[in-house]
Amino acid sequence: MSIKADVNLDCKGLACPMPIVKTKKAMNDVEDGQILEVQATDKGSIADLKAWSESVGHQYLGTKEEDGVLLHYIRKSGDDLDSEKKFENTITNEEIIDRATNGGIILDVREEAEYAFGHIEGSKSIPMGELEGRLDELDKDQEIYVICRTGTRSDLAAQKLAEKGFTKVVNVLPGMSSWNGDLAKKI
Amino acid sequence: MTIIKMTAAQVARKLIEKQPLFILDVRNTDAYDDWKIEGHNFEYLNIPYFDLLDGVEEIIPKLPTDKDVLVVCAKEGSSVMVAEMVAEAGRDVFYLEGGMKSWSSYLEPIKVGDLTGGGELYQFVRLGKGCLSYMVISEGEAAIIDAVRFTEVFTNFAKEKNVEIKHVFDTHLHADHISGGRHIAEATGATYYLPPKDAEEVVFDYTPLEDGLTVKVGASQIEVGALYSPGHTIGSTSFVVDNKYLLTGDILFIDSIGRPDLAGLAEDWVGDLRETLYRRYRELAEDLIVLPAHFMIIEELNEDGTVAKRLGNLFAENHGLNIESEEEFRRTVTDNLPPQPNAYQQIRQVNMGKITPDNEEQTEMEIGPNRCAVR
Repeated sequence: MSIKADVNLDCKGLACPMPIVKTKKAMNDVEDGQILEVQATDKGSIADLKAWSESVGHQYLGTKEEDGVLLHYIRKSGDDLDSEKKFENTITNEEIIDRATNGGIILDVREEAEYAFGHIEGSKSIPMGELEGRLDELDKDQEIYVICRTGTRSDLAAQKLAEKGFTKVVNVLPGMSSWNGDLAKKI
Repeated sequence: MTIIKMTAAQVARKLIEKQPLFILDVRNTDAYDDWKIEGHNFEYLNIPYFDLLDGVEEIIPKLPTDKDVLVVCAKEGSSVMVAEMVAEAGRDVFYLEGGMKSWSSYLEPIKVGDLTGGGELYQFVRLGKGCLSYMVISEGEAAIIDAVRFTEVFTNFAKEKNVEIKHVFDTHLHADHISGGRHIAEATGATYYLPPKDAEEVVFDYTPLEDGLTVKVGASQIEVGALYSPGHTIGSTSFVVDNKYLLTGDILFIDSIGRPDLAGLAEDWVGDLRETLYRRYRELAEDLIVLPAHFMIIEELNEDGTVAKRLGNLFAENHGLNIESEEEFRRTVTDNLPPQPNAYQQIRQVNMGKITPDNEEQTEMEIGPNRCAVR
């Protein structure tokens, strides 16, 4: 199955250094928080894109292989600003599993590609940008534990849900960036 | 200023002659930390090429002007890009043709010595990977031991020397590099020998390399004799050449000994390894010159670039031959083993003939240093 990306870049058949040179250039047209998919055939691109992303502050999500083509997923400027969290009802990563198994739901509001490369088993994916249009998929009587990477997007999502009349909403902190438990993949 | 190509052979010369060289390695840091071009008088700067896309101004002051500067990457492309930028900034600079890929595959043939009746013994030093292969030449015939996968180097060398390759041996089923032995034998009609205990799963025909087997190279008296010496693998076999040289395969190195865990469990073969190193080898003449199938560090290279040392000296100096307590020996070779070589299980499958990856895949499998020893 394919993973959703905001921008796709074709680097197939190109040898090092071109995949990185083109990725760097393409990133200029990608907005913060958006996902870039880089299609490449050079095997060295895996380690290099990962290292490059980390060195310039993008979030390297992962790579999957499809018909001999490597598909790399990078989220631009992955480090969310460490802004003040406004939503008051929060719990920690460690508490979440016990609480969620008692009838609650874990709502992962990261981008679909981030979710694909590692999420909590059983969590539901609705990217932040799609939340408002998909509220009917959520149950107002159910406890909703909102999680993202660092707690920023989930803070906004929790506020949004509260605004829309959801009362049993909890923001999970610090989020998936510090998750030590098992990860499920969907790639 | 100018950009000049440097070949792996030229780098090899600089290494062997202990010349200075400044290497600007532009691979990512993990790759560099794992494996680089080693040299006695080489200096290094590692900055990934992707950190230099916006310019090289910051590193120019770090590049010396009194020695050659060589830009190195994985396959060449990035080093050319960086070299162009360095040249634009006004410096003369070299790049490594073919990158680490060509360094990994480069073989330097060096003569080890003369044999009885005008014969010669050559060691093929794969400097980038630490593999050592051998060719015994005598009276128009040749025997090859532990050939790496660049078969043409051996067949061309034989042509140059005007000898016919008659016998091809592997001391054991290799786990760190892909053998060229079987393919050389196929191409030349030579006999391919493999220790049967290592060959239980191979899917091709071979001639069993049994303890005590002797072949003659040329019409005269140069003998290559097999000595069963298990421990690295259960089939590992050494060779005595012309009563002068002991080819130890991956059992005994200059500054270390073989590891017993690459084809199974270390515990199973540690006893064999002990028996080989502390009993079988002790029965041999101390004047034999040990020629291993690997070196681990360039300090093991002799002045002429060969890797060779008298057996008696190794008995005195090699730590692995001087562990009196069996229990301590067992701990040394089973605990704290170094990481296993890249893709070693796949490489074993290739050497058994079970999988046949293409050339690029083979290159990928062999990336990185060999790790066949314990110190």
